Amino acid sequence: MKRFPVALLGFLAVGASVATAQQITAAGATFPAPVYQKWFGEYHNAHPDVQVNYQSIGSGAGIQQLTAGTVDFGASDMPMTDDQIAKLKVHPLHFPTVIGALVPVYNLPGVTQELKFSGEALAGIYLGTIKQWNDPALAKDNPGVKLPKDDIVVVHRSDGSGTTFVWVDYLSKVSPAWKSKVGANTSVSWPVGLGGKGNEGVSGTVKQTPGSIGYVELIFAVQNKMTYGSVKNASGEYVKANLDSVTQAAAGAAKNMPADFRVSITNAPGKGAYPISSFTWMLIPSAIPDAKKSAAIKAFLQWMLVDGQKTAPMLDYAALPKEVVAQETKQIAQIK
Amino acid sequence: MATAVLEKRTARVSSQTGDMIARLVVLVFAAMVLLISVVLVYELWVGSAPSRHSLGWSFLFSSEWNPVSEKFGALPFIYGTVVTSFLALLISVPLGVGAAIFLSEMAPAGVSNALTFLVELLAAIPSVIYGLLAIFTLVPLMRSYGEPFLKATLGFLPFFKGPAFGVGFLTAGIILAVMTFPFIISVSRESLLAVPRDQREAALALGSTQWETTWKVVVPYAKLGIIGSVFLGLARALGETMAVTMVIGNDPSIHASLLAPGYSIAAVIANEFTEATGSVYPSALVELGLVLFCVTIVINGLARLMIIATTRRGSKRP
Repeated sequence: MKRFPVALLGFLAVGASVATAQQITAAGATFPAPVYQKWFGEYHNAHPDVQVNYQSIGSGAGIQQLTAGTVDFGASDMPMTDDQIAKLKVHPLHFPTVIGALVPVYNLPGVTQELKFSGEALAGIYLGTIKQWNDPALAKDNPGVKLPKDDIVVVHRSDGSGTTFVWVDYLSKVSPAWKSKVGANTSVSWPVGLGGKGNEGVSGTVKQTPGSIGYVELIFAVQNKMTYGSVKNASGEYVKANLDSVTQAAAGAAKNMPADFRVSITNAPGKGAYPISSFTWMLIPSAIPDAKKSAAIKAFLQWMLVDGQKTAPMLDYAALPKEVVAQETKQIAQIK
Repeated sequence: MATAVLEKRTARVSSQTGDMIARLVVLVFAAMVLLISVVLVYELWVGSAPSRHSLGWSFLFSSEWNPVSEKFGALPFIYGTVVTSFLALLISVPLGVGAAIFLSEMAPAGVSNALTFLVELLAAIPSVIYGLLAIFTLVPLMRSYGEPFLKATLGFLPFFKGPAFGVGFLTAGIILAVMTFPFIISVSRESLLAVPRDQREAALALGSTQWETTWKVVVPYAKLGIIGSVFLGLARALGETMAVTMVIGNDPSIHASLLAPGYSIAAVIANEFTEATGSVYPSALVELGLVLFCVTIVINGLARLMIIATTRRGSKRP
């Protein structure tokens, strides 16, 4: 009986501390969700008075929630379009957080060497103009490799996603035919191919279907030990995706970075840059009415640009290059 | 004496009020079902407004699905939904009704009860689990053995042409058939068991064999229940989402071949709705939902008409 009042006091104390913690809600992209969850956890350990709650419901849904005002900030794998920005009452600021990459995974049982793909070859495969593995375009990129005569089974995403957007954005840049025939969006009208749901669906279909090719996030391919090829970049070299080549892509694009960070870094110039890379952004409103919340979010962004960038590579996410970090630190001052 | 009469009258009045209240409450519940359907149709109608105004009737006949140029068409999805459901019924109705006949007429009671219990467990398995089962077991089997076999034997038919991916209309139809089995078997078995014993005894007394009794007397008597179970199964097949999207190949195009990949209405809504941006794109998906609703109503209406026609024909027989 004596324990009860003590327990009650303890419970109330915990309740009080949780109640006084600054609650921040966010929602959006699924690609960076693992690293965001890790960051929010680490930040809460360092600053117990701030608690961020992140829901990875997808980039599109995250933007919708930000527009509806149900979350404090959003996250997206693609930059917001002008139409989407116009719908928001408060202008959103884009903060790139980490860099992701897409790799072409394939299943060719007879071929042991790693394949090289040029942008035109990938566009041709996905347009359906390159139908077999031993097509001259693929043979040109892979001299000395005996490619089989089998049909290429193309696999793409059936669900709309920022991942698809990065892939088709890259194809639009390297292939005028793709740009005019299909274009770029989170969901497109694929000329050929089977659709798999999520990275898991695409990788599952590719793993099971001999002669197939698909695209998945780099982290996914690495963690699932899938075979993926290298891609020819804008400088003409065949680059295999890894954390360094992806960060190089962002560094290459940093020279021409627009002030609002809404840029696509696919097919980025520069040596060693991996061409199918992309930023992922946090979308922070430029004016936050609650002063405590505004201060907490600004402090988190400062932390993210320094300490957060050190933890990202541990989860296989590429960190931002220092030029971009410097520019972003200046943008934090724009939040009121 | 007067108090007794008064008590009886108050008892009758209070039981009458009680009855009235009960009637009212139950009427409200029934009206709520109707209200929910009306609200559903209203929401689908309103939600699909941008798409209906922008695309008009061509939505129902177009095969294009292009989110970039915002041109959408429902035809491949209607085709996929109807083909997979029809295929599912084609496979599961003969097998299901046959199994139900075995369980009700020929199996010993213990075996029948045990097997029925297991069959009803199948109905409780979630759709996603069936989808995973299909991906890991059915699709490789179809790709390595099933589809090549069909191409070798029946390849001259337009239904079995084209490369064998493993995924496609046929695999989706098969997994839907597995999912509709439990409904057909359990409801048909119940209707067959409900046939009165004297019908069977009369047939046997007139000299028919056991099979003749079953097929010519018992099954026609239970026909309505069996048809009801088929439409229950069809309702499930039309709306099935996760299992279908995992094995149908998710390709919005129309092919005659059953080995080709396709798409269904429920699958495309599940896949694309969360990331659909703009105003025409999500409303096109809502309009697909409206189309599915109408397809379901049309098929159920046809079912009702068929039942009315067969019962009328049955009663006209001398």
